[in-house]
Amino acid sequence: MRIAVLSGKGGTGKTLVSVNLACAAERAVYADCDVEEPDGHLFFKPESVRHAPVTVLVPEIKAGMCTGCRKCTEVCAWHALACVKNNILVFEEMCHSCGGCVLFCPEKALTERKKEIGTISEGLSGSVSFLSGTLNAGESSGVPVIKALAEKLPEEGTVVIDCPPGSACTVMESIRTADFCLLVAEPTLFGMHNLETVYELVIRFKKKCGVVINKDIHGRNPVRTFCRKHRIPLLASIPFDSALGNLNAEGRIAVRENEQYRVLFRHLLAAIESEAEK
Amino acid sequence: MKIVVPADEKQPEMPVSVSFGRAPYFIIYDTDSALYTAAVNPGADASGGAGVKAAQAAADAGAEAVITFRCGENAVELFNTAGITLYTAVSGSVADNIGLCTGGKLAVLHDIHPGLHHAGDRPE
Repeated sequence: MRIAVLSGKGGTGKTLVSVNLACAAERAVYADCDVEEPDGHLFFKPESVRHAPVTVLVPEIKAGMCTGCRKCTEVCAWHALACVKNNILVFEEMCHSCGGCVLFCPEKALTERKKEIGTISEGLSGSVSFLSGTLNAGESSGVPVIKALAEKLPEEGTVVIDCPPGSACTVMESIRTADFCLLVAEPTLFGMHNLETVYELVIRFKKKCGVVINKDIHGRNPVRTFCRKHRIPLLASIPFDSALGNLNAEGRIAVRENEQYRVLFRHLLAAIESEAEK
Repeated sequence: MKIVVPADEKQPEMPVSVSFGRAPYFIIYDTDSALYTAAVNPGADASGGAGVKAAQAAADAGAEAVITFRCGENAVELFNTAGITLYTAVSGSVADNIGLCTGGKLAVLHDIHPGLHHAGDRPE
């Protein structure tokens, strides 16, 4: 089962939940899709790590063959091509590698070349197979790195996908193949608004979902009210606990060291599995 | 010489738009005929690549100078290739700015931002 862990903003506890959930399973794959700032490696400290480049295709003009007809600039939905004084300009970071310009060029003056935009890392950490994507600094879209990461995910077994924050394209790409979306929220009014944005997204993607409240405090809070109103299952409450905060800040994994959290995350995993089967 | 200015309205008496790529209109001033024309900026409603689309339109309109408050780096690259000079707009109307530009009173634009890419991130 593929579980995507997401939240409307950064710092809510996606990585805390993802890392501990993966460790609570007997065996699991952890995939860090937060490619602009991956931090899962700080917790897993994976061994035997292998790196592979992620490349995309970008258009290139064959010298002397372009007649300046502008067909490619008309075809490009992203305006990654422009024509000035019969010269084609290519804006590589705008390109979405659709290949349309190459296909439609009547002079066959365009070709594609590979451009490296990031890295996929694979390693091991105890019972967890570790996967992580990194987008090179200066690149504008992490989507191709996340797509490359998704190809590495096994069909069987427990897979935990640590998503980027928010609800933009990179998040959509991260949850695309997920069987279940776990929404991490803080128990405040601000937390509820952030939850609302990702909830709307997963509903649009017709995904089963549930909520985990992180840094939870006793009693009523806006997130509980929101979950009740929208009938979203509240699957776990992680307490506002400085001991957990300290463990996490030191890059340690609570489930591997603390019985209370081992129990909490095993229950959470079981609750997700039972919700996903409904 | 043609001078292109991004504008929120079609009238040269109205202010210069704060955006280049997303300005609704371009006001084109021909120094030879002293006539203003207004054109719709095709970049205004582009979901991505607004700056490139807008800069392409300005270049195609025959601009030799563009007056703007700010401009993204992709548009600047296009302007440089096209040999179009960028000038920094000052507060006031489009007509005021054109007057200052033809009088040699506007500074060359240095405030180039790295672009607001993927602001829409959906093709049309």
